Amino acid sequence: MEVVVSLAIGVLVASGVWLVLRPRTFQVLIGLALLSYAVNLFIFSVGSLAIDKEPIVQAGQPADLLHYTDPIPQSLVLTAIVISFATTALYLVVLLALRGLTDSDHVDGEEERP
Amino acid sequence: MTPLPAVDHLLLVPVLLPLATATVLLMLGEQRHAARAVIDVASTLLGLAVAIVLLLRVDSHGPTGAVYLPGNWPVPFGIVLALDRLAALMLVLATAVGLASLLFSLARWHRAGVHFHPLFQLQLLGLNGAFLTGDLFNLFVFFEVLLAASYGLLLHGGGAARVRTSLHYISINLIASLLFLIGVALLYGVTGTLNMADMAERLPHVPAADRGLLHAGAAILAVAFLAKAGAWPLNSWLAPAYGAASAPVAGFFAILTKVGIYAVLRLWSLCFPESAGASALYGAEALVWGGMATLAFGAVGMVSSQQLGRLASFSIIATSGTLLATIGFGRPALTAAALFYLASSTLAATAMYLLVELLERARQAEIDPPVEIVAGPLPAFVDARSVGVVNLDDQEAPLIGRALPAALAFLGVAFAVGALVIAGLPPLSGFVGKVAMLSALLDAEAGASGAGPAARWSLFALLIVSGLLASIALMRIGIRQFWAPQERPAPHLRIAECVPIGLLLGACLVLVVRGEPALRYLRDAAENLHRPERYIDSVRAARPVAAIRETRP
Repeated sequence: MEVVVSLAIGVLVASGVWLVLRPRTFQVLIGLALLSYAVNLFIFSVGSLAIDKEPIVQAGQPADLLHYTDPIPQSLVLTAIVISFATTALYLVVLLALRGLTDSDHVDGEEERP
Repeated sequence: MTPLPAVDHLLLVPVLLPLATATVLLMLGEQRHAARAVIDVASTLLGLAVAIVLLLRVDSHGPTGAVYLPGNWPVPFGIVLALDRLAALMLVLATAVGLASLLFSLARWHRAGVHFHPLFQLQLLGLNGAFLTGDLFNLFVFFEVLLAASYGLLLHGGGAARVRTSLHYISINLIASLLFLIGVALLYGVTGTLNMADMAERLPHVPAADRGLLHAGAAILAVAFLAKAGAWPLNSWLAPAYGAASAPVAGFFAILTKVGIYAVLRLWSLCFPESAGASALYGAEALVWGGMATLAFGAVGMVSSQQLGRLASFSIIATSGTLLATIGFGRPALTAAALFYLASSTLAATAMYLLVELLERARQAEIDPPVEIVAGPLPAFVDARSVGVVNLDDQEAPLIGRALPAALAFLGVAFAVGALVIAGLPPLSGFVGKVAMLSALLDAEAGASGAGPAARWSLFALLIVSGLLASIALMRIGIRQFWAPQERPAPHLRIAECVPIGLLLGACLVLVVRGEPALRYLRDAAENLHRPERYIDSVRAARPVAAIRETRP
């Protein structure tokens, strides 16, 4: 499972970095979104990956990481998702404003001159 | 540490007060400019008073600081607010700079967009929270709060230039925030805690196999902070963004790069002191040489800029470089001098950004026909009326301002004072900071720090050369502004615009006159920073309030 998750994160980061370096604002936006997915998965995976384990303590089971998965990375991911969602929305607004003000979807507001 | 009864709850005020004020301001509605302004100023004044009280208390409080447990959970589990001398200094500095920018904006800028006042308070909330928090993830949240507010403030006033630079600014800060998250996640994976004091305590016990991961996490985290601090080569966003921002916003942003510096200083001194065993002073070389490269970049940028706004931005970069390089040596005396320099240069940089607009206006008045002024450097306000006179604009003119007869004299004196502080020339506070740094560099025993004598002498030379370059650049602009023989109608300033500049520069003067107690305070602050066990002990010693604790399940 570790290999699958690392491959997924790697592919997301690679695509995200490539898109962020593109000149179109929408590509940059999608790149940032992919990067934030990758980071969220990464945070999730530092709590050690586990199948069928809950982060909530139940009666009758000792409260240690052998019986439960670490709840802190999950709560961190939750916060990170909210924040990156909000900033992506804000980025979208600025993107549209730039598009409206300059009639261009280039990140610099104008096409590159050769 | 025995917590003083009243300190504890006062610690929460710098976080809660801006939050409450922002909420009230949002609910007030968009059109009630006067009421919003009054509430905003009153709240910021109160915040400044609280910050000063906190600073005085923490100073009389012995070597350790005060700690507050907002959730009343025991230490490694709950969120911690911790106040030491450094945090108190940054609180006072941020609120003072904010207050000056706010007063300046009251002349007209606060009407240029809808939500200036709530955004301003949220920015203050993020800043204060970042300075107070003792929890790494909480630090991330407060960083995001202050960045989100800064995105809004940067856009304040509108226009293609601001939107374009905002897009770059937001992209770079989003990527830096992602790096921040990766760093936090790695450090959590290695140490199993997010509490900064707890983490510092566990670091020496990290097994050797994990040490590489730990260093990678710390380095990624540092890259995020350095991008925010404007360290070379991660600072290409800084000059365009700050140059495009409206004057009071740019003035307030002068403190933003210092948050990055603060985070580096706090975490680095806490996690990698000389006593940290295998990780002692990890990254010191990178800080020192990276800081020097930033300083050189900033100094060359200052000489190459033709506008005062750009020059002020590059002076901020140069300040960041100076601070990073001096912090990287890990010597208490150098850190104390760097903190003094930080305080004085932040105040001066804010004053410069505020002056920029007044100077541009003065120059514009002589070149352009009066009507052009509204369309040119001044923003086209959403609710602007058509204007026929040189001096400004909207209907509140008779309420707040009047033309100063000595406007030009004021501009000249203010510019000279600000330039002396930024260039570090005697007799003002920039000079005291630089001399303190230079003498500490001479004193530092060779080889005792992370960087060798080559780094020490390079920094020594670079500090002097950069001061020379800064004074050349500032003098050139000053000559063009004030001494060039031109038929010049006296610029029209408002008192509301002059008072904050006067206050900021006055604060620089106070730093000189009261230099001895200020340096004594900063030496104590640096001493505490370089003995991280004091911070760790004071955080570990914090206990939840028993009566409430017992009612928990």
